[in-house]
Amino acid sequence: MTGASIPAPDAHDSIALGRLPAPAEPPAGGDWPEDRPRRIVTPRSAADRVFRGVLRCAGVAVLVITGLIALFLILRAGGALRKAGPSFFTTQSWIPAANRFGIAAVLPDGAIIAIIALAIAVPVALGTAVFISEYAPVRLRRTLIAVVDLMAAVPSIIYGLWGVFFLQPRVIGSIRWVAENLGFIPVFRVRGEHTSSSFTTSTFIAGLVVSLMVIPIIASICREVFSQAPVGEREAAYALGANRWGMVRTVVLPYGRGGIIGATMLGFGRAMGETIAIALIVSPTYLLATHIFENSGMSIAALIALRYQESTPEMLSALMAAGLVLFLITLLVNALASIVVSRSRSGAETE
Amino acid sequence: MTVEFVNPSGAGRHAADAGVVDGIGGLRPADPAPPDVTAELPGGPVPGSPPPVDVTAQWPGGSVPPDRPLVGLESRDVSAWFGTHKVLERVSLRMRPGEVTALIGPSGCGKSTYLRILNRMHEMVRGASLAGEVLLDGQDIYRPDRQPAQVRRRIGMVFQKPNPFPAMSIYDNVASGLKLAGIKVANKDALVETSLRRAGLWNEVRSRLRAPGGALSGGQQQRLCIARSLAVSPDVLLMDEPCSALDPTSTRRVEDTIAELQGQVTIVIVTHNMQQAARVSQSCAFFLATHDTPGHIVEAGQTRGIFEDPQDSRTADYVHGRFG
Ligand SMILES: Nc1ncnc2c1ncn2[C@@H]1O[C@H](COP(=O)(O)OP(=O)(O)O)[C@@H](O)[C@H]1O
Ligand SMILES: [Mg+2]
Repeated sequence: MTGASIPAPDAHDSIALGRLPAPAEPPAGGDWPEDRPRRIVTPRSAADRVFRGVLRCAGVAVLVITGLIALFLILRAGGALRKAGPSFFTTQSWIPAANRFGIAAVLPDGAIIAIIALAIAVPVALGTAVFISEYAPVRLRRTLIAVVDLMAAVPSIIYGLWGVFFLQPRVIGSIRWVAENLGFIPVFRVRGEHTSSSFTTSTFIAGLVVSLMVIPIIASICREVFSQAPVGEREAAYALGANRWGMVRTVVLPYGRGGIIGATMLGFGRAMGETIAIALIVSPTYLLATHIFENSGMSIAALIALRYQESTPEMLSALMAAGLVLFLITLLVNALASIVVSRSRSGAETE
Repeated sequence: MTVEFVNPSGAGRHAADAGVVDGIGGLRPADPAPPDVTAELPGGPVPGSPPPVDVTAQWPGGSVPPDRPLVGLESRDVSAWFGTHKVLERVSLRMRPGEVTALIGPSGCGKSTYLRILNRMHEMVRGASLAGEVLLDGQDIYRPDRQPAQVRRRIGMVFQKPNPFPAMSIYDNVASGLKLAGIKVANKDALVETSLRRAGLWNEVRSRLRAPGGALSGGQQQRLCIARSLAVSPDVLLMDEPCSALDPTSTRRVEDTIAELQGQVTIVIVTHNMQQAARVSQSCAFFLATHDTPGHIVEAGQTRGIFEDPQDSRTADYVHGRFG
């Protein structure tokens, strides 16, 4: 090998480079300079200060508005809550005039509808997202992205109407088949006589329609996250002899895990708050819907939508109390979602 | 253009690479095989012959000796395009079994593109196309009936930027290739250990195999990537500037690893570091592209010859650092 050899450093080098020998003694006539962390002051430009101010106001405004909503709900709900006491959480009916009202049915029913919706939406949305970001040819990809975004923008009343007038009559056959053939599984059982109207207003159908509303949201977030999976890792998988699905499994899905969980929780929040579709489909029974194909079920949001015109302050206060519970739950779910997402973002996490 | 290999020493002039030539001749009789090109290359292990015995002795893990014959790689008239932009023109090169071949040349002359053609990664870029053929053990890897995934399983790649699977444990990183390829091994622990030892990483990670791969330093990550590639026992290992993102100590470690692997796998390494090329490789090819000519090989042959007695003035300028 050839090449210029580097001259060996000699003793004068360090001085020639301007390095000072470390002082062994304190400087003459004084102590060592202070050895404490220094206060560092950063002067900010005017533009920077204005910008920070605006942003800070916006951030504070969000907090204040959220706080005001909570306060409003608490104040308005107070009357009903005081009157009902703990029974508010254990009563399965909604007759405020007779002081028999509680969320023991509407809260779990709403959750059941949301869970059914997610059970359908998450796999479909994940499949859609993986297909769009990893498999679809470029032109189809662009079309699909536009279609999914459009689906997310369709008002939920449209889904609700479509669910009632188109979907409902068409899925009853399948639901009936499942109920009759898999009825030995408790949740699928439909009690009483089976007529075509025994299946029409179930939490399952409501969940099905709600799933259509959350699919585009989950699919859109997941697709975005998947498409950011690092090229280097993708190539690493391919270079090891992975086929496309192997690459997706080892790189894209682990990378997107935080996004998947966050999107699912966001979808859950949306499904819990979903009003119109549920109000249109389910029959207001105020009973715990333990059998998902039976005519029953109601969610808090739908309850409020159906009964907000009630006349007396007590009745309205009861609805406010239910609204307060929904508000707190949504807040909790979103907080959990952000914790999960921020935890799993760090690439250095072990499985 | 077929590159005339320069071999100033003249050693091995008549050591015909019979295995490769026969293989091709048998399969594709009409092929205009460049006659006796390899005959001019320095001698080396002949494909088909068992590896030298002492290879196993260097192997502290000891459980997976390279009982397969070493396999060479050869490109014939490889050209490459990105869209209509031609970046490589008629690159023909033999990478001898068990040897380290270094690809050198200024940036943008198509070394990475060439390397990615060698394991079918090039075709994943949109609009990319290529001509010519790449023979692994005498068989064209671009033959219509060959699946890219199968080819890549035999021709591994280490990238410029270390790319371990960050959330996966060190252990799982090494074993990931097996899972991806659907290979079942009797003793996975032993294979993981052997691979890590071969990559020179075992002693640093043996106590924390469950720690995530992303938590290692850059140099360790790169050696983890080498171990991961070795675990699927590839015939050829391609390395694209594996040390350019590493500090000098880690670079040294990776070079040591390459030196250990020599004789066990066929290695093709792209490097910008002349000293490194000189240290680790036995053969060397100098690539060059100018604004109106696509990348091509100016000179190729034994590394010593390229560095000490280059035949082309441009090679001399480049290896002596007089190039732009
Ligand atoms: N994905 C790509 N799309 C278009 N052109 C590319 C792409 N990758 C590389 N090129 C072009 O191909 C030429 C060779 O690039 P490359 O193989 O990366 O060179 P090297 O590795 O020798 O620096 C360069 O002119 C570069 O601009
Ligand atoms: Mg490159």
